[in-house]
Amino acid sequence: MNSINEGRVKELEQRAASLRRHVIKMIFAAGSGHPGGSLSAADIMTALFFEVMDHSPERKDSQDRDHFILSKGHAAPIYYAALAESGYFPVEELVTLRKLHSRLQGHPSRAKTPGVEMSTGSLGQGLSVANGLALALRLQKLDRKVYCLCGDGEMAEGQIWEAAMFASHNHLDNVIAIVDRNGLQIDGRTEDVMALEPLADKWKAFGWNVLFMDGNDMWQVLETLNDARQHKGDPTVIVAKTVKGKGVSFMENNVGFHGKSPNQKEYEQAMRELGGSA
Amino acid sequence: MESQRKNYGKALVELGKRRKDIVVLDADLSGSTRTVEFKTAYPERFFNCGIAEQNMMGTAAGLAVGGMTVFASTFAVFATGRAYDQVRQSIAYPDLNVKIVASHAGITVGGDGASHQTMEDIALMNAIPNMTVIVPADGPETYRAVLALADHHGPAYVRMGRSDVPIITSNEDEFKIGKASILRDGNDVALVGIGQMVAPCLLAADALKAKGINARVINLSTIKPLDVGTLEKAARDCGCVVTAEEHNIVSGVGTLVAAALAERCPTPMERVAMQDVFGQSGESDELMREYGLSEKEVIAAAIKVTERKK
Repeated sequence: MNSINEGRVKELEQRAASLRRHVIKMIFAAGSGHPGGSLSAADIMTALFFEVMDHSPERKDSQDRDHFILSKGHAAPIYYAALAESGYFPVEELVTLRKLHSRLQGHPSRAKTPGVEMSTGSLGQGLSVANGLALALRLQKLDRKVYCLCGDGEMAEGQIWEAAMFASHNHLDNVIAIVDRNGLQIDGRTEDVMALEPLADKWKAFGWNVLFMDGNDMWQVLETLNDARQHKGDPTVIVAKTVKGKGVSFMENNVGFHGKSPNQKEYEQAMRELGGSA
Repeated sequence: MESQRKNYGKALVELGKRRKDIVVLDADLSGSTRTVEFKTAYPERFFNCGIAEQNMMGTAAGLAVGGMTVFASTFAVFATGRAYDQVRQSIAYPDLNVKIVASHAGITVGGDGASHQTMEDIALMNAIPNMTVIVPADGPETYRAVLALADHHGPAYVRMGRSDVPIITSNEDEFKIGKASILRDGNDVALVGIGQMVAPCLLAADALKAKGINARVINLSTIKPLDVGTLEKAARDCGCVVTAEEHNIVSGVGTLVAAALAERCPTPMERVAMQDVFGQSGESDELMREYGLSEKEVIAAAIKVTERKK
């Protein structure tokens, strides 16, 4: 990671806006998909793919690079946008999302999409995979990180906590989990559906190094990820406070846009708000 | 008599010696599954996941993403039932190099009772695309199957029992994934057995011979991909078939064989299997007799099906 300066942060913010526009275009073209959780994670994904992680399409089959697992698989659109703009496949292909014979499945598929390391979609499974990958890197004596982006809703899955135990038991300090704490899930507020708080205390009790950030503030995201990289001895989790639907006024904090495509009028407004044209 | 598990442990140690990419996981049953042998020989490549089978399958998947060849073991009921979704989503769908080798399958688990006696594991694993399914008949075949799987890319399920079983194959035999073996030749009836039911098929063949019926005995050790060629030839040569499995009659090997033959060479069949009921506690051999899984039932089925073809 380069030293952070205002110019670089501005560039990354513009990149995040570009990824958000892709998300809206893709979901509008598909007529279905999950905009809310892609938009909340856009700044984190931008920081990871365009600043923090050492990766490139040429090295996608190499273990000697940083790795990424999207445990909240329904945020596939923001993942695909980041991969396409990183050069893993053509940006023009993004609008084939969810179409028959497309390489871009509704949820990530390792077998189909260049750059996708793991198939996800059934929630709660990504962190275990990140742990296994981190172990494999350790066995190969590769000093590399595995980043795992989780949703807050999937914290209700028991497997998350099995994986949390496993990572601290094995001192997997090359695992960095990020919880996209946007506070909403399909049926409503996480605290109404299945209360998660005190979430940070839970992770602490499981032996993790816990960090916090505003996941929609590029400065904070970069600084916190940098701090996470330095921590030795235990795995790190970053609880990232985010706004679901961030960047599109009528999608922000609106659970209705967890898994719904915008209509024509909404699409045009969303694109305008994100600094693009419909 | 010898256990399959002992041979699994031996095969793992051999693989660990040959290859640095072999990693073994267990879920607090390493003494029972015999992965403890590998743990002792290569502790840095063994990880006990505790009683958390779902996480074990996901961790196995991640290790495979990281380039390792992974063997993950626990009891069959937990490997295929408790962790079914993880096997489906995280191992089979991404087509990862994870071998799930499970012990204590079927009712021969014995005293633990029905909670631990899976008779639906083959059905579950067989229904998942990309999955290879293997049920060795004895210790030596377990050893050879495990070595063969290490060289085979992709997800696989291997089913082993708890109890000691008679040695009926030899390490001189070649193990080819997807190839059934003919243990005894005959043209009056084909006895198609899997796992612990292969030995009773051989005993049945002896008894049938005394009655003038020459039985062909087939050890169908790979369930998927199914060796349709060997089955079809047996059906054509013998004109009738008996299947024998320590598994539920619903969606078991009998069902698969019947479906394969119905399409190619409809043949009278009888199926010896668990009759869609849960098991109970008891000694292994008592349970096999109680639920109609002995050579007695194979003989009766063979006589019945030979009469049906007339």
